[in-house]
Amino acid sequence: MNLTQFLTIFISAVFIYNVILSRFLGLCSFIAISKETKPALAMSLAVMFVTVMSSIITWFIYRFLLIPFNLTYLRTISFILVIATFVQFVEMVIRKISPPMYRFFGIYLPLITVNCAVLGVAVLNIDMFFVNGKAVGGSFYYSAFQGICVGLGYTLAMLLMSGIRERLDLANVPKSVKDFPLAFIIASIMSLSFMGFNGFRF
Amino acid sequence: MKKLLSEFLKGIVKENPTFVLVLGLCPTLAVSVSLINGIGMGIAATFVLLGSNIIVSLIKNIVPDRIRIPCFIVVIATFVTITELVMKAYSPALNRALGIYVPLIVVNCIVLGRAEAYAQRQTVLNSLFDGLGMGVGFTLALILISGIRESLGAGKILGYTLFKRFEPVFVLGMPSGALLLIGLLLGFFNVLKNRRT
Repeated sequence: MNLTQFLTIFISAVFIYNVILSRFLGLCSFIAISKETKPALAMSLAVMFVTVMSSIITWFIYRFLLIPFNLTYLRTISFILVIATFVQFVEMVIRKISPPMYRFFGIYLPLITVNCAVLGVAVLNIDMFFVNGKAVGGSFYYSAFQGICVGLGYTLAMLLMSGIRERLDLANVPKSVKDFPLAFIIASIMSLSFMGFNGFRF
Repeated sequence: MKKLLSEFLKGIVKENPTFVLVLGLCPTLAVSVSLINGIGMGIAATFVLLGSNIIVSLIKNIVPDRIRIPCFIVVIATFVTITELVMKAYSPALNRALGIYVPLIVVNCIVLGRAEAYAQRQTVLNSLFDGLGMGVGFTLALILISGIRESLGAGKILGYTLFKRFEPVFVLGMPSGALLLIGLLLGFFNVLKNRRT
């Protein structure tokens, strides 16, 4: 475990391989919920929380359940089931403890189950920090940190996009490209500018 | 028979999952760098759609309403795992090219969307044709996008050089090119639709 590795994970997850703009994970929610800043922020925070927690939980499941019993082929099924259960659980807890927060996050939480970013990070962690069925040194910390960074990357892209789209409401755009097509074209330009980070090497 | 045919055909044009419903875009954009990847992803997703639609419509009366989503997801994940294992065994190169996007078929909105919106209230036969139609529609959309990206972005199609003396449009091979292309295609189909009405 060393600091450079953490820095590399941070830069590559937030900028170079941004979940949305480069890996295309969570694109559906990105296009659908980025019309205004406030819901976009709520969704991003919820996604960030779930990616971090699911990175941690899936790491434990993979390391202590799937590897010892030779069940690694059950990876997809077990991960998605755990994520779905966890999201449902969080939703129940929030509803119980804090109704205002539930109203803020409520409708976005169930959507996170089918957000590719969450399962994507869990699978990426396994691909990156397990070599030949063995955890590399510090892989738990790397996995959790990658969860945080992917959440940050998601938030960054979401906030940029919602800021732009709020302004676009006032613009006069052709009827045919309104909404979805225009959102994709803007995302393309954002992705183009994020390609500039490709030059970073450690 | 006519009804079944229309169930099949609606997925291809009228309710095309990519261009009309705008669902399942993550794999569409990520793997469409080359035509062969696009076709592979299309076939894999079609198999999963077909299988999950059939099973979901079979178990629709047994599953309690409140936990239906986790149940459907397990059904879908089972088919995805089958696909993953088969692909690993028979086509390791394709599996490597598609990478994490194979397990991510689980969270492809098209599959869960069809289970939720269609298969859970229809007969098995209808669901079968619906799944097949949606799968074919998805595959055709992937072929269109990956065909454009490979031919213009690399100047090749299925690995064969297409044009001599052609400077490839590199950006189409990049993520931003994929986003631009899908935006333009969606806009183009909107123009066609608006013109007709």
